[in-house]
Amino acid sequence: MVCRIEVALKSEFADSKAADIAKKVRADYGLDGLLDVRRAHVYGFEDNLTQPEAHLVAKEVLADALSQKFALNQPVEINFAGAIEIGFRPGVKDNVGETAQLAASEAIGRPLEGGVFTSTLYFFYGEAKLDEALAKKISEGLLCNPLIERHRLIRMQDIGHYYANPVLPKAGMGAKGSVFEVPLPDDENELEKISKRRLLALDAKEMKVIAGHYRREDVRRERAAAGLGIHPTDVELECVAQTWSEHCKHKIFNALIDYEEEDETGDEKKTEEKTSKDGKNEKSKKGKKSKKTPIRQKIDSLFKTYIAGTTHKIKSAQPYLLSVFDDNAGILALDEDWALAVKVETHNTPSALDPYGGALTGILGVNRDVLGTGLGAKPIFNTDVFCFADPFYKGAVPPRLLHPRRVFEGVRAGVEKGGNASGIPTVNGSIYFDERYLGKPLVYCGTGGLMPRNLSEGRKGHLKNVKPKDRIFMVGGRVGKDGIHGATFSSEGLHEGSPTSAVQLGDPFTQKKMLDFLLESRDRNLHSGLTDDGAGGLSSSVGEMAQLTNGAVLHLERCPLKYPGLDPWEIFVSESQERMTVAVPAPKAGEFAALAAEHGVEATDLGEFTSSGYLEVFYHNHAVARLNLHFLHKGLPRMHLSAVWTEAELEEPSEEELADAILDGNVEKTEASKNPTLALLELLARPNICSKESVIRQYDHEVQGMSVIKPLCGKKASGPSDAAVLQPLPGKPMGIAVSHGLCPRAGDIDPHGMAQLAVDEAVRNYVATGGDPAHWGALDNFCWPDPVRSEKNPDGPRKLAALVRANQGLAQSCLAYSLPLISGKDSMKNDYAYGGIRISVPPTLLVSVCGVMKDAARAVSSDFKQADDVIYALGRTYDEMGASEYYAMFGQLGAHLPRVRLEDNIRLYRHLHHAMERGLVASAHDCSDGGLAVALAECAIGGQLGCRVHLNHLLCEGKMSPAHMLFSESAGRFVVSVHPSDCARFEAMMQGTPYGRIGSVSEGEEFAIGASHADQSIKTTVETLEKSFKKTITW
Amino acid sequence: MAEKPRACILTGFGINCEQETAHALEMAGARCELVHFNKLQADGGEALGQYQIFMLPGGWAFADDIQSGRVLANKFRFKLQEPLRKFIDSGKPVVGICNGFQVLAQLGALPGWDKWESRELTLMTNRNGRFENRWVRLRTEASACPFAQDMDLLTLPVRHGEGQMALASPKTLDKLEEGEQIVFRYASARDGLKADSYPDNPNGSADAIAGICNEAGNVMGMMPHPECHVRYLQSPNWTERPPKAQEKGGFLSSLSSMLGAKEKAPQDAGNCRALFEGIVESAKKF
Repeated sequence: MVCRIEVALKSEFADSKAADIAKKVRADYGLDGLLDVRRAHVYGFEDNLTQPEAHLVAKEVLADALSQKFALNQPVEINFAGAIEIGFRPGVKDNVGETAQLAASEAIGRPLEGGVFTSTLYFFYGEAKLDEALAKKISEGLLCNPLIERHRLIRMQDIGHYYANPVLPKAGMGAKGSVFEVPLPDDENELEKISKRRLLALDAKEMKVIAGHYRREDVRRERAAAGLGIHPTDVELECVAQTWSEHCKHKIFNALIDYEEEDETGDEKKTEEKTSKDGKNEKSKKGKKSKKTPIRQKIDSLFKTYIAGTTHKIKSAQPYLLSVFDDNAGILALDEDWALAVKVETHNTPSALDPYGGALTGILGVNRDVLGTGLGAKPIFNTDVFCFADPFYKGAVPPRLLHPRRVFEGVRAGVEKGGNASGIPTVNGSIYFDERYLGKPLVYCGTGGLMPRNLSEGRKGHLKNVKPKDRIFMVGGRVGKDGIHGATFSSEGLHEGSPTSAVQLGDPFTQKKMLDFLLESRDRNLHSGLTDDGAGGLSSSVGEMAQLTNGAVLHLERCPLKYPGLDPWEIFVSESQERMTVAVPAPKAGEFAALAAEHGVEATDLGEFTSSGYLEVFYHNHAVARLNLHFLHKGLPRMHLSAVWTEAELEEPSEEELADAILDGNVEKTEASKNPTLALLELLARPNICSKESVIRQYDHEVQGMSVIKPLCGKKASGPSDAAVLQPLPGKPMGIAVSHGLCPRAGDIDPHGMAQLAVDEAVRNYVATGGDPAHWGALDNFCWPDPVRSEKNPDGPRKLAALVRANQGLAQSCLAYSLPLISGKDSMKNDYAYGGIRISVPPTLLVSVCGVMKDAARAVSSDFKQADDVIYALGRTYDEMGASEYYAMFGQLGAHLPRVRLEDNIRLYRHLHHAMERGLVASAHDCSDGGLAVALAECAIGGQLGCRVHLNHLLCEGKMSPAHMLFSESAGRFVVSVHPSDCARFEAMMQGTPYGRIGSVSEGEEFAIGASHADQSIKTTVETLEKSFKKTITW
Repeated sequence: MAEKPRACILTGFGINCEQETAHALEMAGARCELVHFNKLQADGGEALGQYQIFMLPGGWAFADDIQSGRVLANKFRFKLQEPLRKFIDSGKPVVGICNGFQVLAQLGALPGWDKWESRELTLMTNRNGRFENRWVRLRTEASACPFAQDMDLLTLPVRHGEGQMALASPKTLDKLEEGEQIVFRYASARDGLKADSYPDNPNGSADAIAGICNEAGNVMGMMPHPECHVRYLQSPNWTERPPKAQEKGGFLSSLSSMLGAKEKAPQDAGNCRALFEGIVESAKKF
């Protein structure tokens, strides 16, 4: 008999979340007569608790004596009209249930039989006629994610039956444990079928290579000797598929690529027309391009050519780069004693299916990457960048997708739990909106971790030291069916057959215990290496670490399972979360296990590292896999792809087009193109620019006490900061600055420019807060639509060409800025295909920059500091409105993308940095989305101070209209303010860089940007600006 | 020089502010050890007696599952109750911050009435239903707490989802007042008086109560994080008055903070350092 305990708030206490739900149900589901909704937490115990035990558990463990009430095996509320219970589907990790089980058993002083399963009950009051159909609609629309949760309706007449027959979502019944051989035929179609059926995500060519390997005589002989058949076992095939997945091996970034740019002939006339129309532009890019001869180029690996190749060319960075592209994260030396490991990951597909779980596991995953770097680093910050479709999207949502607002809220909640509960501050991030992220949201999760460079007994913190005979421990969570095929699944687009087992719920509690344990183990010299069990699970973590010694032996039956019923291949590839694989020298295994026990962490010895050249896997002493490591890691055939670049045909919009545009269907706003004040207020409210304060505040951005520049700045903390600055080491003045740049819309004009703009934006943000542009590193994260040509994806070659161009742009920028790339990740299948609908994300590159500043006390925030400070616009403004937010506001893209003048910019950045080091800059803010006007407005909102600026003093190239001066998004620019007494020294330091002294900060509310014509000026108040800035995102 | 008081900083099970809490106490002159709950439990809690200060830092013990602080509180109740009572009865300072406060409140050690049996107050989900990270001001009330006396207005962050002080009845408030058990109240940004509304009172706490102590005064719990404002650069507004640029790095300031010396200029310290100095001072007599 199951024991069911319901806990609810007493009626005198308000429940704001339930009240929100009531409001939404009334409004969106037509239940006008609904008076109220109340919630209850339900705990279902498999154990047959005695009555006194159940009472003790309810009273002492589950319910708060003052604010809550409880009921045993009956509803905790009365007189409701109906109720809906939301519980997990079988096999989904129930974290609260696990905690309740532990707490209950400690309270009653005996272990519990079976599990504890939690659910949530929503009681509906008033005239609320709930039937099955409506309950399903409300549940799936508002209360649960049907992929991982299920609902049950409780009608009044069913209560007796319902409570007499409780249902628990018990998973994994029945013992399994079988291994099958999978014969691989010659026929390519048959091979592809096998790949599809088993979700291997391998193509025919790759399958053929595997088949060929197993046909080799020497391989057959060896296998026979090891007791294995001639065909691959399912364990082996799955392991190869995981290892060879796009996710793990980055096949596209390592491919041979034939790249060509198509000749633009016969288009001379149009180009000329454009140049004359925009004669005021310095040089028309198109004009230049059209004279070019077609380019053909063979690229031998994008990664080697543009990423690693770039870093190796930057001489000035080599002294502080400790490890790049080898380990789970890039490692920068901070000083002689400390280093910083940094990694940024994406978790897009899981977040599309279950935004909360996807984001949560994404964060915990990248935390483990950093923990698993070298001998272990302690995560000290998270960064989170999201790309969603418009949260106010009004169109139909295609099947299997969630409304962007739900995706947003789910991801946000996942970050809140993942970061906050792990005690890692979320210090920097942004949210970018574009309708094409409807098919797949992009969820970038980054982490930086601190590691000592020198550890006891001469060990280096950044070096693993795994030796043959070291034991292989699996540490942390247990293995279940959740997360099987995550790596292969994320190597495909989202389609009908996407497995739901790839969705997981992370458990920050288990992970935090593991983290504390492993850092102590590191300091006590108990392990020689460690890595995350992420994509591909044990197959990939052990498979990769085995390369360090050239072999490993693993016994899968020793692996602790969440429930019985897993086949060996499932144990091997499951991506169940919160696990690490740790190498422990045999003599220290006992001490390691004892320390694990002290921390309440499960650690299991699964085998040992060897030097045999093979990954050997056993299940109850039967060989189930024997894989040649060389074949496993080097046997993968290289892709050979073609990329063809054709430029988009684009034009600048005419003034009439802007004037006629109706913004968001709102007629009142049509004046914006003629009224810059209105335009500025509209821009400030746009989702891409508006304040993210409500989101930021729900993240703990200060835990660990290192925060120096926080995400919000200024008197009322309403100004946006450009980057985060941390002071990580007590007693040392050193700071770390963390920033990022992302400009997907620019890619619609030119991906090369997009990449350069993203680098420039990240660098500007970094420099604006005081980061040193001589001791830094960048991380590249490409999220692309599928760039491989296929029947369904005919324009693959152009998408691949876009990728090539973005890489070239990135490499050029990094070389010019002496900015080494230290780590990166790519995600190449960000498409949605269902029925006839195909939605692809715009090619998106996130550039994250982090580095060192000598003294965190020289950090600068973006808010204006005091009246009479002089305002400078640094950098030159060009008529470059292409891909601007201003154009986007009118539904236009434009053609003239801001050009990144690399040499000019880096000179300016270095001068500015030196001025900051001398304390000459009171505030600095980068000019990006929305241009100069938005930057000024944000400085004013932060400082709660007005300003008087005149465009006459702005340094512009050629004759520009005031609107373009205000809203052009030319790169390489800042708004800074300087105390009048520092101006002379500041100007002296900025000698040789372009700047204009454009006005001053003023006491009071008035915000004025003058132009030659009064009707082209901006005049408003800081309060009005702030209202616009804060009104859009309030949840 | 008198020996530095030894502080036991509880760690493990999802506690996550132990490092900065230890740092704050060390700045104030304590010697800190991070001790896992299981380690304390290993010898039946005997080891606790050798410390002069017991800190329960912030964090997410047991992921805040069921109710913040409850599961860890129960662990104390069922595994370490007697050693903790002994420590508390000896008068040594015990401080719970954020999650640590929630633990002490769930345990009944705060307010500590009826031998910890009283359940007249609790910490509930914030009024607006959200976790919030926000800087607030605290006024120090006249209380029985020996280490929180005569302090200026403190500025520091709250970072919690369940920090709303709820009282069983108006009588509970009277009882707290009479016992001088209210240590901190959220203060208004306007005038520094008791906050009357959100966001000055960030979670909707009854009578703007942010921190309380037991009747003896040696056990104190508070929701905001004082350990996050012991250095000047931790303040959200320090860039308004940055420390003067030195021609040569911050060598002197780094040296002095390494030695744990009090920095002279008020701007070098966060304004919550006084609280930790108070804790260390009151521990010295044990």
